[in-house]
Amino acid sequence: MTHDFSEPLAEDIEPETELENNWRQYLSFSTDHKVIGVQYMVMTFIFFLIGGLLAMLIRAELITPASNVVDRPLYNGLFTLHGTIMIFLWIIPFNAGISNYLVPLMIGARDMAFPLLNAISFWILPPSGILLLSSFLLPNGTAQSGWWSYPPISLQVPPGQPINGEFIWIVSIVLIGISSIMGAVNFVTTIFWMRAPGMTFFRMPVFVWSALSAQLLQLINLPALTGALILLLFDLSFGTQFFKPTENGDPIIYQHLFWFYSHPAVYIMALPAFGIFAEVLPAFARNPLFGYRSLAVASLGIAVVSIFVWVHHMFTSATPGWMRMLFMVTSMLVAVPTGVKAFGWTATIWKSKLHLETPMLFAMGGAAMFLLGGVTGVMLAAVPFDLHVHNTYFIVGHFHYIVFNTITMAIFAAIYFWFPKITGRMYAEGWGKLHFWLTFIGANLTFFPMLPLGLQGMVRRISSYEPRYQGWNVIASLGGFLLGVSILPFIANMVGSLLHGQRAGNNPWLATGLEWTTTSPPPRDNFEVIPVVRRPPYDYGDPKYSVIEPPDYHQAEH
Amino acid sequence: MTNDKNMNRSVIHVDESPFPLERLRQSLPNWLKRFLPVRGGRAEDHHGKGMFGFTVFLLSESIVFLSFFFTYIALRLTHSKNWLPPGISGPELSSFVIINTVVLLSSSFVIQPAENALKHHQLKKFRWLWLIAICMGTYFLIGQGIEWRNLNFGLSTGLVGSTFYVLTGFHGLHVLTGVILQIIMLVRSFMRGNYNKGHFGVSATTLFWHFVDVIWVFLFSLLYIWHA
Repeated sequence: MTHDFSEPLAEDIEPETELENNWRQYLSFSTDHKVIGVQYMVMTFIFFLIGGLLAMLIRAELITPASNVVDRPLYNGLFTLHGTIMIFLWIIPFNAGISNYLVPLMIGARDMAFPLLNAISFWILPPSGILLLSSFLLPNGTAQSGWWSYPPISLQVPPGQPINGEFIWIVSIVLIGISSIMGAVNFVTTIFWMRAPGMTFFRMPVFVWSALSAQLLQLINLPALTGALILLLFDLSFGTQFFKPTENGDPIIYQHLFWFYSHPAVYIMALPAFGIFAEVLPAFARNPLFGYRSLAVASLGIAVVSIFVWVHHMFTSATPGWMRMLFMVTSMLVAVPTGVKAFGWTATIWKSKLHLETPMLFAMGGAAMFLLGGVTGVMLAAVPFDLHVHNTYFIVGHFHYIVFNTITMAIFAAIYFWFPKITGRMYAEGWGKLHFWLTFIGANLTFFPMLPLGLQGMVRRISSYEPRYQGWNVIASLGGFLLGVSILPFIANMVGSLLHGQRAGNNPWLATGLEWTTTSPPPRDNFEVIPVVRRPPYDYGDPKYSVIEPPDYHQAEH
Repeated sequence: MTNDKNMNRSVIHVDESPFPLERLRQSLPNWLKRFLPVRGGRAEDHHGKGMFGFTVFLLSESIVFLSFFFTYIALRLTHSKNWLPPGISGPELSSFVIINTVVLLSSSFVIQPAENALKHHQLKKFRWLWLIAICMGTYFLIGQGIEWRNLNFGLSTGLVGSTFYVLTGFHGLHVLTGVILQIIMLVRSFMRGNYNKGHFGVSATTLFWHFVDVIWVFLFSLLYIWHA
């Protein structure tokens, strides 16, 4: 059953819907989960561009050993805001956006459980992001203590300035956190309560399982960060002593609370990416997803294990040996469910005829890069190795392999994969492939050099370094600029295709999810008739299901 | 189209999972059952959906308190020597505090019958009991304000001041929120035909109030009893 994806089926082509040209709704306070999803995705992409610009300034500074492009406080502000924006205003809210768009469609619901709450969760974000960026205008600049904001460094602010960069940083992160928690409540309730008849837990697509696991982590772990930040704010501005080592406080407590959230946050970011792989790979391999149930349960497994690993960020924070040992073992245990995932993806594309369209390229590229990110992660979980490379560029390389090479690639895969569903039009394949190869080459050129740099001992968060590190740094910087350039064909493609793209039809990929059974873009209430689900989610290759079906499956089941 | 009997059987379809989720669900107590809708398609139960979401939110909220408790306990264990600055005795377990606590905790036993009364459409009984609960909550807030005024230490007086004011303040903020919610529900019960629609609000407020009480039990034990 092969099908040329570039040619939509004749019967799929439908007259233009009213929704398409109604761009004003995307600037309004809409309660439609699809509008909110698009709002999230577009807004976070703008923040992604800002975060990327900050990264390119960092790379420009690091191209020479001397500190000559930006001054040191500004450099500190750059890496602090780069990390903060990429985590709190790009990946996490983008995942909230794509989940917002897809989860109700995938489970056969008309909307999220609490549409008004959903809109409020979104509209908290833009002001928080602008607030965060506005700290560049303060006389003392932005927060400068990195995205973890460890005390006592984060508490060292000039006296007599109650409103400083750090203060604004904390306030905006707490606001973003409130938005995330409201979103998580909404997602969990939606997935538990809004499923279409017959949509049992083990008929949910793996993307929904990943979203559920990620949102459960938000619910359980994010409040710990909020609590820690509230205490930090009191220390900073109201004279309390929780984390002040000079006045009996204990900064290590902050580290515990911070990592209790921020390690699982890695999985809050990564799980939706894994879910995207599980949707894209079977569609382009025309194979059923291998080990669907193990992959679904592995999402929850990753979530559960990840709650018990936070101390591996603190191996050098005077952590007792037994605790290091314990958390080394739990950290390595994460490799088991993630390994299940990786094997599932590999087995799905095993011996299949691959259709290398852009979403598939990004998904395969991301999944392959996850290998390097994941393996360096297991290395870092080992205490002796971690002590050796602690706070070096090896860590930076490792987590960029995860957050950029895996998660951001998955995000691009998702954008290309669901672009026809969201806009009703196809993107331009050639531009998409150009985007992929520029991104793939640029990302590896940027982040691979960081691994040997770290092993050689280059410390992170510095604007000047010993000349012997310059070779790798030049490669990384040039890769970084290539990565910056790579975003241009993407923007051109998205804007151009949105305006002039070919009509996509309802199911251009002949994919099996419920979201493909409705029109592109879906109508306000998603489905004309709520579908009754009677089949597993990934039945690619089953001749009975390899044609497009109407939303009501009664006909297909004889 | 097959006949109706067959249709129904196929729509309500036993879960095919390796875990017998549906059997597990049937063996759960009723209040827990609604947290595991197995087959989906229960979207029309707005009250149940709302309560589910609100409970999930409270779970999240309790983690914020847990992080505060963790900080308190960790600081207390590692800094027991310099916990109190010289001349400061810390929060006292006085009869005033105990009465305040008793009033707050017993208000849970007032608000629950109030919610039940509304469920049985006994509007008048609901309003009276609800009003008593509001008064009890307000009494607690005023009592805490008086206690704060009479303490001989401030927010920045060592670890004891930092922890005491932030923890009780954060809890007090929740009590205040609860009281405001209660007042809104009481006002809504006077709007014609609104008390039935307001039922979710009343249930949620009741649950929130129980939550606030349970948190106070932990706070009271940590701040006053451990200290004494």
